[in-house]
Amino acid sequence: MTGANSFQVSGYGPEKAGWTRLFARDSMARRLDWPILLAAVALSLLGSLLVYSATRNRTELNQGDQYYFLTRHLLNTGIGLALMVGIVWLGHRALRTAVPVLYGASVFLILLVLTPLGSTINGAHSWIKLPGGFSLQPSEFVKLTIILGMAMLLAARVDAGDRQHPDHRTVLQALGLATVPMLIVMLMPDLGSVMVMVIIVLGVLLASGSSNRWVFGLLGAGTAGALAVWQLGILDDYQIARFAAFANPALDPAGVGYNTNQARIAIGSGGLTGSGLFEGSQTTGRFVPEQQTDFVFTVAGEELGFLGAGLIIALLGVVLWRACRIARETTDLYGTVVAAGIVAWFAFQTFENVGMTLGIMPVTGLPLPFVSYGGSSMFAVWMAVGLLQSITVQRPMSA
Amino acid sequence: MTNIPETGRSTRVQTRLVVIQILVLSLLATLGGRLWYLQIRQGDEYAEEASGNHVQQVVQPATRGSILDARGVPLADNETRLVVSASRTELLKMKDDGKGVLTKLAAVLGMQPQDVVDKVRLCDAKTPQPCWNGSPYQPIPVTDEATVKQALQIRERAEDFPGITAEPMAVRRYAAPGQSNTAQVLGYLSPVTDEELQKAQDTDSPFLRSDQVGRSGLERQYDKALRGKAGVTRYEVDNLGRVIGEAESDAGTPGSNLVTSIDARVQRVAEYELNEAMKAARKEMDRNTNRLYEADAGAVVVMEAKTGRVVAMASNPDYDPNAWVGGISAKDYKRLTGKDSNYPLLNRATQGQAAPGSIFKVVSSAAAVEAGYDFDGRYDCSSAYNLGGQVFKNFESASYGPISLGRALELSCDTVFYRLAHEEWKKDGGAKPKDPNDFFYKAAHQFGLGKETGIDLPNEVTGRVPDRQWKKDYWEANKDAWCKTGKKDGSYVEKLAYEGCLEGNRLRAGDSINYSIGQGDTLVTPIQMATIYAAIANGGTLYDPSIGKAVVSPDGKQVSAIAPESHGKLPISKTTLAKMDDALAGVATRGTAAWRFGGWPQDKIPMHAKTGTAEVHGKQTTSWFATYTKDYSIVMTISQGGTGSGASGPAVRNIYDALYGVADDGAIDKKKALLPQPQAKLPTIKADGTIPAPKMPKDIVKDLQPDEKLSPEEEYAPVEEQQQGATPPTQNTENRDTRRRRRRGGTGGRGTGGAQGSRRARA
Repeated sequence: MTGANSFQVSGYGPEKAGWTRLFARDSMARRLDWPILLAAVALSLLGSLLVYSATRNRTELNQGDQYYFLTRHLLNTGIGLALMVGIVWLGHRALRTAVPVLYGASVFLILLVLTPLGSTINGAHSWIKLPGGFSLQPSEFVKLTIILGMAMLLAARVDAGDRQHPDHRTVLQALGLATVPMLIVMLMPDLGSVMVMVIIVLGVLLASGSSNRWVFGLLGAGTAGALAVWQLGILDDYQIARFAAFANPALDPAGVGYNTNQARIAIGSGGLTGSGLFEGSQTTGRFVPEQQTDFVFTVAGEELGFLGAGLIIALLGVVLWRACRIARETTDLYGTVVAAGIVAWFAFQTFENVGMTLGIMPVTGLPLPFVSYGGSSMFAVWMAVGLLQSITVQRPMSA
Repeated sequence: MTNIPETGRSTRVQTRLVVIQILVLSLLATLGGRLWYLQIRQGDEYAEEASGNHVQQVVQPATRGSILDARGVPLADNETRLVVSASRTELLKMKDDGKGVLTKLAAVLGMQPQDVVDKVRLCDAKTPQPCWNGSPYQPIPVTDEATVKQALQIRERAEDFPGITAEPMAVRRYAAPGQSNTAQVLGYLSPVTDEELQKAQDTDSPFLRSDQVGRSGLERQYDKALRGKAGVTRYEVDNLGRVIGEAESDAGTPGSNLVTSIDARVQRVAEYELNEAMKAARKEMDRNTNRLYEADAGAVVVMEAKTGRVVAMASNPDYDPNAWVGGISAKDYKRLTGKDSNYPLLNRATQGQAAPGSIFKVVSSAAAVEAGYDFDGRYDCSSAYNLGGQVFKNFESASYGPISLGRALELSCDTVFYRLAHEEWKKDGGAKPKDPNDFFYKAAHQFGLGKETGIDLPNEVTGRVPDRQWKKDYWEANKDAWCKTGKKDGSYVEKLAYEGCLEGNRLRAGDSINYSIGQGDTLVTPIQMATIYAAIANGGTLYDPSIGKAVVSPDGKQVSAIAPESHGKLPISKTTLAKMDDALAGVATRGTAAWRFGGWPQDKIPMHAKTGTAEVHGKQTTSWFATYTKDYSIVMTISQGGTGSGASGPAVRNIYDALYGVADDGAIDKKKALLPQPQAKLPTIKADGTIPAPKMPKDIVKDLQPDEKLSPEEEYAPVEEQQQGATPPTQNTENRDTRRRRRRGGTGGRGTGGAQGSRRARA
């Protein structure tokens, strides 16, 4: 392991950054988590095919260019990869000092969404329109900064060796840090993202070793909060309708139940091997709405069948399995908490997204990591992969 | 946990990480399991649902077959109209349930917005017409009379008219060739109901949602043949119904054409003459009631004597069958089904029944011969017949002394038949019957009375033979009411009820006496009498009357002829039939109808007739006139119209004149004859399946009576163009205009107005 010494974990300060780290192949190659990387790349490429299949004849969306979404998805993947490389290059520890800035910036952006600069898509006021036809969904980045911010607070004293577990004050601070952006996102209202954030907070608290009281308290508070949201009418009608349709999809097959029904028909009709790529009648017939984004899994289900859709779940399983491993094997709590937060994020988003297309979860507007079309989401998940890679690269080699 | 780092990491964190990992795995396993369940376990069901999802059926309704007259003139065919339809499913998606769009549409079409909204609403028990009783998922026609400009306005501004379509469509047209109406014979169409749809689902000819179904007349009788089979094309469509995929199509077949035995020209003459006769009757004073005759309804049947085929069948009051095309309006529906219009939808030739009066005497004569009385015997034609104080008089109390049955027919002597019937009643045991022969009643059944003739028109009524069985059944059904309301010394009706209660179950002497001259409870239909007189003409065969002559497949390759069928023979021997034939010829030459056949060329076209004037309690007399030649039998009746020869005579004579081309002076002009022999052959069917129609005169009545001034109602605006409709190529075999000009210039021809008037004079 020549040159491995330069990766020896020696402290918590920002490491010297340099291209050498990336190109010292003999060390990097061994330390990078290849299964995650390959699975993520495979998911992104598979996603580009599915997005292409869903959009190639939707002229009202692709502005006459059938490759519009395909090229953009590939471009987003490329940018995502670059972001990953950048983060690995910088190192997650180096980023740690920038966390307050990143957190502040992301909160600023979601506040911006609430101003007239924000725009509404599908009932959620979560986007910022950028010039050139681009749009940004800052709540995707907030998921990341919540993880980083909480990890930074919770791990600080533990990693310093002061305490074995985060104390209550730190936990409170961390919760406060997460609550601020969550409230803002709730105002958008982007309930799906809030749900993801709640799960992230839970995952982070669990992994940080916070006392059980906090974990169960938060679970109780989350339930109470959900009830309060329901009772106080914070939900919009469309959201209530979605839940009602989830509870009974046959309720109004032409109305709110339409999405779930059509999604399930698309997936169910795929059978074992599917109708073949670009051959799905539900997909070519545009029966499933939002099929390149939230319902992209239905394309896989219909056109690639159980084998293809199962492959996507399996690939996401690989990412999650390896991320769990990284969380467990990392020596510092910061890395562990970040990895666990990412696991919670990816796992819930996968379960919610695929689950809603399968009719076992209510419909919310959450993208499937790597597969769904959407720049912000793609960048955020690749940045998360970058963090995971950085954690695994920087951990001490086990003996 | 082989890799626990040596960091002094708490086991709590490590345990929790394992918990997280297990949780994550179980979530993924849940997804995998659910995916397996949907795709493998229930995959087939969803695949089926998906195919139902994206396959849309587009139905091309089959063009309904035409109904043609004997020469190929279309009586009912189709024309292309611009139909504007509204889709309820689209309209209901709008916030105001499409009210705004319909209002805009009304403005374009020049209709009242409320009318448009009414047309689009669905029928239910509480909703009056207009409403839509078809499928709510099918476009509902708002109008079928849109102009090209209106259709373009709608189609060019499709975004302003969501859910509204303007398409050319074939709609039924009742062409009324040469002003012949034929309404009740043709019938009409209306949209299929849910119930019918359900019922026909598993049969070999299921209905389509968009189908129009024949509701009466030939349209109903031959519905299956005329309807054809709709073409269905299955398209793969996207969620907005845009076609994206392969189409699989099942080509339909247009409906077959029905060639009938109706001759549109004779039909027109029959309708015209019936109406004229009724108008004339309304100007006559009824001496019994001291009111003008009401002549509220009438019918005439012209039948081929040797086949039972119907050449013309008119029923009055009539209506324009085009009122039903494209959905009937509320006003029209009310009018057609209301009492004020005296139910013009009824075909009184097959659905109107009345006591036959003296035209029934052919049945009585035959019965008497069956009972053993000599046709040529001598029977007293006294002025009255006395039955225990009850006096049955002859018509106008005439008395002719002893005469034969034949002479009794000629003179329509009632007392001869009274006597014979009473004698038979007594022989059968009188008030205490013992194995009665009931010759008179048996004969009526053998003549085909009391049951349907089997004409190919729906809902024919049976009439009634008031025999012992009927009396008994009728009494069982009514005795309670009779016994309740009957009074011995009450009004006429109360007295009748009283008697009915006491002995209504028995055939009384008076019943038999009344029955023998076609009075009392006897009911017959004009078609029954036409069948009977045709049978007398043809030597005794009772043919099922028929209108359909052949069903011709749309390509003309399959022609299934409808052969005449008989339902029995008259119970008369050849010799008796010949004598009866003579007697009925006598009626036309020296009997009760002779004054109506003045100048008739009896030597060339032997005419036979029988008049009937039936009395109906509380109403004016029913006029009956039954006639036949060797080729045709014509029966006319006018309810509350007066005497048989008086009210119906001139009209029947005029129809014969038209058929044979006979002038008032008896001259026969073969060129003027519409149909001197029945049309035996089917019209020519071309190789492409079309049936060319001969040119029809604009109004044959005008041609036949060039000098007679037509009454205003009968004058029709000249039709710009003679449309011959669905079976296009018109064969111009004769030039009617030339003929008319020649006739106008020529001498004699048909009677002048004066002659016409004198012929209508009362007896």
